[in-house]
Amino acid sequence: MQVTMTVNGKTVSRDVEPRTLLVHFLRDHVGLTGTNVGCDTSSCGACTVHVNGEAVKSCTMLAVQADGQEITTIEGLASAEGELHPMQKAFQENHGLQCGFCTPGMVMAATSFLKENPHPTEAEVRLGLEGNLCRCTGYHNIVKSVLAAAAAAGE
Amino acid sequence: MFPSAFDYVRAGSVAEAISILDGSEDAKLIAGGHSLLPLMKLRLAAPSTLVDIGRLSELSFIEDRGDHVAIGALTRHRDLETSAVLKQSVPILAHVAGEVGDPAVRHRGTIGGSIAHGDGASDLPAAVLALDATMVVRSASGERTVPAASFFKGFLETDLGQGEVLTEIRVPKVSGGWAYQKFNRRAQDWAIVGVAVVRNGSTRISLVNMGSTPLRASASENAINQGASIEEAARLASEGIDPPSDLNASADYRRHLASVLVRRALQEASA
Repeated sequence: MQVTMTVNGKTVSRDVEPRTLLVHFLRDHVGLTGTNVGCDTSSCGACTVHVNGEAVKSCTMLAVQADGQEITTIEGLASAEGELHPMQKAFQENHGLQCGFCTPGMVMAATSFLKENPHPTEAEVRLGLEGNLCRCTGYHNIVKSVLAAAAAAGE
Repeated sequence: MFPSAFDYVRAGSVAEAISILDGSEDAKLIAGGHSLLPLMKLRLAAPSTLVDIGRLSELSFIEDRGDHVAIGALTRHRDLETSAVLKQSVPILAHVAGEVGDPAVRHRGTIGGSIAHGDGASDLPAAVLALDATMVVRSASGERTVPAASFFKGFLETDLGQGEVLTEIRVPKVSGGWAYQKFNRRAQDWAIVGVAVVRNGSTRISLVNMGSTPLRASASENAINQGASIEEAARLASEGIDPPSDLNASADYRRHLASVLVRRALQEASA
């Protein structure tokens, strides 16, 4: 089945089986391997991408459901010139990662969350990221990073 | 994990979806896919055809209709959670929608999907049961309505037939107190036990994950409606109910939780 969608601002079109999950479409068909497969059961959030600007777990969406939609992955956050997105900068500056496996999903969930709640409290950040697991348990600096990004955006 | 192979059809209208369902023995509707796709990935469901109704925007609405609020089946949890109409007239439903899964799940999952899936461990089926909501079901032969009390039939089984589509949920406005108590160990988990209380004249109490469907705590309801104290009513929470045992909780522990949570929910709804 032919599916066409915008991924990180570029139109991509591929012939896929209807059962192809969006995360496999992005990784295996488009070659964007920044989005990770973690639990594969919509629990861990490692596969979080944006669909029309909102965080979605791409292991629980079919590529055919994303036909015609706008997808943003971690590769699409930085500017074309390579300047990191403010959330990526905040994760870098606050060491918001340990092994890094959950990081793409965390960053995508966090950017979606700040759009919905630009001035969150620490408790709201923790709740807003409840669908993203860090098995290094590095939550402290992840939350710090998101709060820093929110503060930087408010300056 | 990926599902068994299937044919995929994107329906352009409810009528088209119904005609595809009618022509198939096992075609399934998909919208947000957050109940069905996990089942398909585990190969617990393997429909030969998926009918995608996710883009039928006419089924996504929240409308004030005087004594009740009508909600289109494709309204996402996120839209329920943030709805000014619901916060005003049926606040428990906005609250419970915000307890489903996590933000990313709520961006995709729909109220119709959750109710049609009919999982006794889910939040929204128990909420519509406590709210005494009415399901609007469309088929080739027209439209019928089903009260929540007779909609949930068994484990992942509802009153919906193969050629029927749940299109709308009508929820009476709530004038009195309400509460939703969800007990789980980790933020995004399913309720080990949950309790919804709605006081709209009389008091209705429903239970999450105490059986194969959402259940009414009838003995507690009768007691509180006949003037018993909250403590007395709460002790009866699981009377006549045979809760499951699983890795999270034994049946006895679930009974204990049900009593504690019914007490807390009644206190909160009475405050």
